[in-house]
Amino acid sequence: MNRAPLIFLGIFFAIAFSWTGIILTNQISYGSLTPYVNADDGKAYPQSVPGDAARGKLVYQDLGCIYCHTQQVRQPGFGIDIERGWGERGSVARDYIRESRVFLGTMRTGPDLRNVGTRFAGQGGREWHIKHFYDPTITSAGSIMAPYRFLFETKAIIGDASPKAVQSLLPENHQPVAGSEIVLKQRGEDLIAYMLSLKDPELYPEEATKVYVPKAEPAKTEHGAHGAESNKEAAK
Amino acid sequence: MASASQLASSLSPSASPQLAKRAELSAIDASTKLPALFFFGSAVLWLIVGTLFALIASFKMHTPTFLGDYEWLTFGRVRTAHLNAVIYGWSVNASFGVAFWLMARLSRAELRHSGMLLIASAFWNVGVTLGIYGILTGDSTSIEWLEFPSYATPLLFFAYALVGAWTVITFRFGRSKHIYVSQWYILAALFWFPWLYSVAQIMLIFSPARGTVQSLVNWWFAHNVLGLWFTPIGLGAVYYFLPKVLGKPIHSYYLSVLGFWSLAIFYNWAGVHHLIGGPVPIWVQTAGITASFMMVIPVIVTAINHHLTMIGNFSKLKYSPTLRFIVFGAVAYTFTSLQGSSMSIRSWSEVTHFTQYTIGHSHAGMYAFFSMVMFGSIYYILPRILLKEWPSAKLISLHFWSTALGVIFMVLALSIAGVKQGIDLNTLPVGADGHTGSPVPFLEIVKNTIPWLKLRSYAGILMTIGHVAFAINFVWMLLKARPAGVTAPTLFRDVPELEVSR
Repeated sequence: MNRAPLIFLGIFFAIAFSWTGIILTNQISYGSLTPYVNADDGKAYPQSVPGDAARGKLVYQDLGCIYCHTQQVRQPGFGIDIERGWGERGSVARDYIRESRVFLGTMRTGPDLRNVGTRFAGQGGREWHIKHFYDPTITSAGSIMAPYRFLFETKAIIGDASPKAVQSLLPENHQPVAGSEIVLKQRGEDLIAYMLSLKDPELYPEEATKVYVPKAEPAKTEHGAHGAESNKEAAK
Repeated sequence: MASASQLASSLSPSASPQLAKRAELSAIDASTKLPALFFFGSAVLWLIVGTLFALIASFKMHTPTFLGDYEWLTFGRVRTAHLNAVIYGWSVNASFGVAFWLMARLSRAELRHSGMLLIASAFWNVGVTLGIYGILTGDSTSIEWLEFPSYATPLLFFAYALVGAWTVITFRFGRSKHIYVSQWYILAALFWFPWLYSVAQIMLIFSPARGTVQSLVNWWFAHNVLGLWFTPIGLGAVYYFLPKVLGKPIHSYYLSVLGFWSLAIFYNWAGVHHLIGGPVPIWVQTAGITASFMMVIPVIVTAINHHLTMIGNFSKLKYSPTLRFIVFGAVAYTFTSLQGSSMSIRSWSEVTHFTQYTIGHSHAGMYAFFSMVMFGSIYYILPRILLKEWPSAKLISLHFWSTALGVIFMVLALSIAGVKQGIDLNTLPVGADGHTGSPVPFLEIVKNTIPWLKLRSYAGILMTIGHVAFAINFVWMLLKARPAGVTAPTLFRDVPELEVSR
């Protein structure tokens, strides 16, 4: 192999091959998936997230949450994500089409967060996250999650106490000195809004037939979420 | 030194060809001196910085309150700073130095206008510094292996273009008619990296692709940085130093050809195995698994080639530092590649993906293989460009044993932790009565990993000791006065018959 041009051609085609196969082909085949418009309520799914949640996603990004948390539910039969309550169905490509940055993640030091907005919703969910971010062991004994106390600030009460003060949620050992209160910074509020927004809609009709192909024989469905029994080989 | 060859011929008109060859080599080595020193020096600095980030991140994993109130040192940032410091700071700087030094020697060409490479080194290191600063202050992109914010990347791109162009120019000006296997690998890597990097930057940062196409781009890039940059440079170095130190040719030319082309064809499809079970088309996952498995061919072929070259010479490991690091790296390459192929099997990926097992595997690849090969290369190159020897064989020995044992403990600890974690995460426990129970509670899984994470921290401390020994020896060597006469290479112990050619 002493001919430089031939070596170069081989090198070129090697990478052109995978670039075409992995990137270009998929960009063409599903790089322009569109939302599903539900005729009943006239809404397009997946829905776009509100502004505070979108800001919260940037906080999620800058704090590096993805290094411990995934955002993808594995299909039934591959792992036990659904049995763990991390979602009612496996994630599909259409779930992510509105996200300018996709955080699938590769590590589960902590639980999957794709549907954390379902597990902790509303005012109760907000309060859970406040406690959890202040000191994760308040809600989850033995957790090794980093504390995010820097998303809060302790300040002296001037005039009336802030209606947004959160110290009443915290245990004895985290109470501020008398005359001061703990409030959540805007970044913290946004991050919680993002957590509350994380939930996938019901399965889209196209995926219900293409991804979740019903088995030929009606098998015993012990964990058949969403009607159709899964077929992981066909899962997209 | 251009005068060295003149000197050799002036001493004797019929100077032996061997002597002329030596003189040519030292002239070439001398031409690479400044840029190589700059790249290796900054590599060592980043190695120490990256190791400190690693220790902080590792301690935080079992003791999350450790430095818990500093936002810039929160786990998600310091872990990312560690990865980028050791990849773009240590590993890429070291691989640049090794790549153009090898290219100059093998092409038989002096490096021209080496000042351009100093500029490249400056740009690269300013880029990495900016990038790490960005990560610590909250500008990370959170795209794995591409976390540097967009204000750092143009600097890196420019620096890369300079290094790439200069290495290729050196190749073009070469007097050698033969293209050695190490040169194939280096040329290929130089071409592949900018393609990968530009596609990833465009499709992820400047004009993000829609949905999970991004994830495909991400892992096509991230795995190929390993497969199409670090692996070729590492293998190129092994292919050079192994026969060089042993003083015998590589076992088989044909196996080198087969190993090279099968790696080129299969490796670049393998990255999709990071998305097995994820929301990307199943056919591309299957293609990724197939390619990952086909990687067994180049790995076995290369392993046979390296290990058959080595066979019968194991006693030399007692003496030569370079050989010891390079052989450790070559064996680790075989191990980590076969492990990687096995991890792509669907049912095994179901267990090991998302767990510490993957982290163990990545350290087996980037550290036990690549970094050890770079250590060995630097131990060989530096005396030749500085014309003085390593001050302390004891420090080299300490470096070898603490890093070798450290990385073995680390990979073992993370693998055991990961398998247990993966089984508990992904399977329902079956009771004694045969009924499947409910999933193991998440916090119990967390609890089970903690002892292993602590062991990983201890292994990390061991590796830190090795890195400090390396850094001390490096700085000491720079400061040490050059001896007047010809010096013998630094060996672990004296052996009169071992010839380490310059």
